[in-house]
Amino acid sequence: MTENIHTTTEEIVEISHETTLFAEPIFHIGNFTVTNALLSGWLAVFVIIAIAVILRKKLREVPNTLQNIFEIILEGALDLCDQVTNSRALSMKVFPIAISVFFFVLINNWLGLLPIGGLGLLEKGEHGLAFIPFLRGGTADVNTTIALAVMAVIGANLFGIFSIGIWKIFNKYVNLKALGQVFTNIKKDKTVIIVAPITFFVGLLELVGEFAKVASLSFRLFGNVFAGEVLLASMAALFAYILPVPFLFLEILVGVIQALIFSMLLVVYFTISATDHEEHGEHGKEIEELENVVRA
Amino acid sequence: MELDLSTVAKALAVGLGAIGPGIGIGLIGAKAMEAIGRNPEATNKILVPMLLACAFAEAIAIYALVIAFSIK
Repeated sequence: MTENIHTTTEEIVEISHETTLFAEPIFHIGNFTVTNALLSGWLAVFVIIAIAVILRKKLREVPNTLQNIFEIILEGALDLCDQVTNSRALSMKVFPIAISVFFFVLINNWLGLLPIGGLGLLEKGEHGLAFIPFLRGGTADVNTTIALAVMAVIGANLFGIFSIGIWKIFNKYVNLKALGQVFTNIKKDKTVIIVAPITFFVGLLELVGEFAKVASLSFRLFGNVFAGEVLLASMAALFAYILPVPFLFLEILVGVIQALIFSMLLVVYFTISATDHEEHGEHGKEIEELENVVRA
Repeated sequence: MELDLSTVAKALAVGLGAIGPGIGIGLIGAKAMEAIGRNPEATNKILVPMLLACAFAEAIAIYALVIAFSIK
């Protein structure tokens, strides 16, 4: 026991902060563990609500500074959204959720960079005392990014169901329509017996693709933000205070770019699932008809 | 003899994983430079898509980095 105390007092000199892959728990509410990533997630939500309330109260015809800044951001973002969706009507539907996700991810990315991260708890870790910061970028926890990615992919499919119908979305994955065409089109075109199973199989691949979407979306964001934190920590360990500064600016940029990429991919997924792929099919039918006419 | 191979594994994961994205980012940068050289007025239009493409390529290296971190 005395030896234990002895070792801990010795190791106080070198309090280690290991950047862990998982968010560290700060305190517990009953059975519910509150991690530092969750804490900064709540803070991000609070910041967004505060800004929204302030903006709402001071909303004017002639904008003041804050309103001006946000009007510029929103205009630029809406233009970008239009470029992806190719229609203002569609982007007006997708834009609110995309911009909300953008701000949530952006503020979470930046909260991890704040010097408030220097405040924290000292806890007995595996090797003596370990430092646990109160704030860890919410997106530097894989749970947050997976939740966001699942929301994006499920939301995209729901959006598709509401805009082009549940039957078409279902046929995108489990292509019963293509199988049905074996019986209806067999007299006109013999090749359908080969083409239809392939189309069906491609549909199943699309189903796997949805899970790949979740994985790539979540790990891209998590990896970038987490790698940034590790980079800053290791740079600070090499040469404190001055060396991390340029990397800090880099991380600010990375935070914006990753938030932009995440929300832009969300818009892309929503747009893809809202567009009717049968339109191309009908175009193909026209070509088929033309060919039949030529043959006749 | 028991060798601790986990360090080697980490190094290999990042090192091999960074080759592809490195080539990719190089190609993206080269093409962007070419495009800017051909049409210097389009610099602003090229820059943002270039950064986005760079981030996509970079993400692959970061997958490798996350794998390297998760090797115990």
